[in-house]
Amino acid sequence: MTTVAAKPATKPATMAQALGRALRDSMAEDPSVHVLGEDVGALGGVFRVTDGLAREFGEDRCTDTPLAEAGILGTAVGMAMYGLRPVVEMQFDAFAYPAFEQLISHVARMRNRTKGAMPMPITVRVPYGGGIGGVEHHSDSSEAYYMATPGLHVVTPATVADAYGLLRASIASDDPVVFLEPKRLYWSKADWNPDAPQSVEPIGRAVVRRSGRSATLITYGPSVPVCLEAAAAPAPRAGTSKWSTCARWCLSTTRRSPRPYDARGVRSSCTSRVASGARAER
Amino acid sequence: MTVMEQRGAYRPAPPPAWQPRTDPAPLLPDAEPYRVLGTETAGKADPGLLRRLYAELVRGRRYNTQATALTKQGRLAVYPSSTGQEACEVAAALALKERDWLFPSYRDTLAVVARGLDPVSALTLLRGDWHTGYDPREHRIAPLCTPLATQLPHAVGLAHAARLKGDDVVALAMVGDGGTSEGDFHEALNFAAVWQAPVVFLVQNNGFAISVPLAKQTAAPSLAHKAVGYGMPGRLVDGNDAVAMHEVLSEAVARAREGGGPTLVEAVTYRMEAHTNADDATRYRPDAEVDAWRDHDPILLLERELTERGLLDDDIRRQAAEDAETMAADLRERMNQDPLLDPMDLFTHVYTEQTSQLREQAAQLRAELEVASEEADASEGRTR
Ligand SMILES: Cc1ncc(C[n+]2csc(CCOP(=O)(O)OP(=O)(O)O)c2C)c(N)n1
Ligand SMILES: [Mg+2]
Repeated sequence: MTTVAAKPATKPATMAQALGRALRDSMAEDPSVHVLGEDVGALGGVFRVTDGLAREFGEDRCTDTPLAEAGILGTAVGMAMYGLRPVVEMQFDAFAYPAFEQLISHVARMRNRTKGAMPMPITVRVPYGGGIGGVEHHSDSSEAYYMATPGLHVVTPATVADAYGLLRASIASDDPVVFLEPKRLYWSKADWNPDAPQSVEPIGRAVVRRSGRSATLITYGPSVPVCLEAAAAPAPRAGTSKWSTCARWCLSTTRRSPRPYDARGVRSSCTSRVASGARAER
Repeated sequence: MTVMEQRGAYRPAPPPAWQPRTDPAPLLPDAEPYRVLGTETAGKADPGLLRRLYAELVRGRRYNTQATALTKQGRLAVYPSSTGQEACEVAAALALKERDWLFPSYRDTLAVVARGLDPVSALTLLRGDWHTGYDPREHRIAPLCTPLATQLPHAVGLAHAARLKGDDVVALAMVGDGGTSEGDFHEALNFAAVWQAPVVFLVQNNGFAISVPLAKQTAAPSLAHKAVGYGMPGRLVDGNDAVAMHEVLSEAVARAREGGGPTLVEAVTYRMEAHTNADDATRYRPDAEVDAWRDHDPILLLERELTERGLLDDDIRRQAAEDAETMAADLRERMNQDPLLDPMDLFTHVYTEQTSQLREQAAQLRAELEVASEEADASEGRTR
């Protein structure tokens, strides 16, 4: 359980930039980190998160693959078997489904199946959720499918700093991580210090974003800003609505990782009134 | 030429001339399955290799019958026998060097054993255990794969990674005829060819996917022909001819090792037993069809050649049979011992570090087991 204090303002950066920087720093630090996916090379990904990686590290480290998601994740499994640390990009939430069998039957279970002898340090980046006016199959909130699978970590950032730190931690993790990138936050900006970006403590810790006494809102990823806004809303006259009264003094807890769920961290920060929820388009 | 000039000529620039991306001719498989045994070239086969193959095939056949027997004794949950397919299994193992990797399916424990793994470890999964029974990296044998064809992209990724690292490693991946209909088969071959990964794909066409014959699986001229569509060579081989199998697989492995890229090998063979001990093959194929293959048995084909060349006497026969029997007896004895199972293992390897939920569940189970064992002690005490 960590309480995040405000950092000194430095430069405005978008979440997409912070993610790209996390990939770059991970690749620079560890030669076993390889990025693969559709259009991740010259184009820099459809959301430009991998911009510049192929130029800096070569196409062997940042690879445009054939257009086949099961093949991308399946070959990543083989690369991990040989000791690499693949980061795969799925182009959109709903287009990760062809890779589902590889994820469930192999990525999530390989460590267990081999009694820990063959871990799968794979990060599966998936742009997810709606809110950008995308068409069908570009707005899925698919976290529940992944969260139901033991062996996977499922994480999603809520802030620019989170995006950098969580992605670094995910790539460094010896367990497979489904890294859900909230599309509606890709271009959200925050003051961020790219010269001293910080990683995060191990995956799976809850964070208190705002302290209060009356109620607790528990949420994750793209719903965090929504809840913080609700919490900051001015209280109406006492007695008009229980909810708004609560919201005035709400303490909003982020689950940076929907799975594993930091039960202790969340419990310790709970007030007597608790609401939990997340927005999902589809 | 500027756009205006083009307009003036009333003729757009012609598109660039079309060219095939690769010449398909050298990729095509032979018209007939490639054979060595029973042909003129058989005389050139190395006697040492023939004898080695013979011993391995006899041992392999005995391994198959023993494993099948273990299902009847309740010692194996299931056994998909490779009886009749021993030449493919053995050749796959022998074609590889120690540093190479084998990617077997559930049908291929014989290849795993022929590569040198202890049969008891190789059979762990088929015993119904939750883990694979061996460290894949130590033996360079991937876990036996049950979801069809999903191990093929793993082989491609591993071979690709090895090549990027500059390591001289080849991956050989095994799949059945039915598995070639899966999307992962297609994706793996496509990735392998695009990346020129050092992989050999071995398809054992044993005629059936459980009950479904090949005719319902594909309309391709042969499974080996599929290679052409990916831009890699396809080889069609008699899968019951151990010498031909060994030669073709060794060539494909050498080609991959030298940077020549992947090869698809279709071995034409036949599944002599039912799909597994749980299957009833009489529901979908006549006995006469099975009998027709008995005369084309892999051990028989090899015996004929050895006998003709005076390489097989009673001593060699007896020796091979005795070795096989020793292996079977040892396997039987060790499989009849109950493995030690620790229920707490369930929680140990799910994540690098146990999550709080897993710790809670483990504590719950431990408490329940303690209560159960106290109750058992108490009831024993009463009866005593
Ligand atoms: C993805 C998937 N679908 C279905 C099955 C169930 N299944 C197991 S073996 C088998 C037949 C496979 O036939 P083939 O690929 O020819 O291999 P063989 O068993 O003949 O060696 C089927 C359908 C499976 N294991 N995986
Ligand atoms: Mg078959």
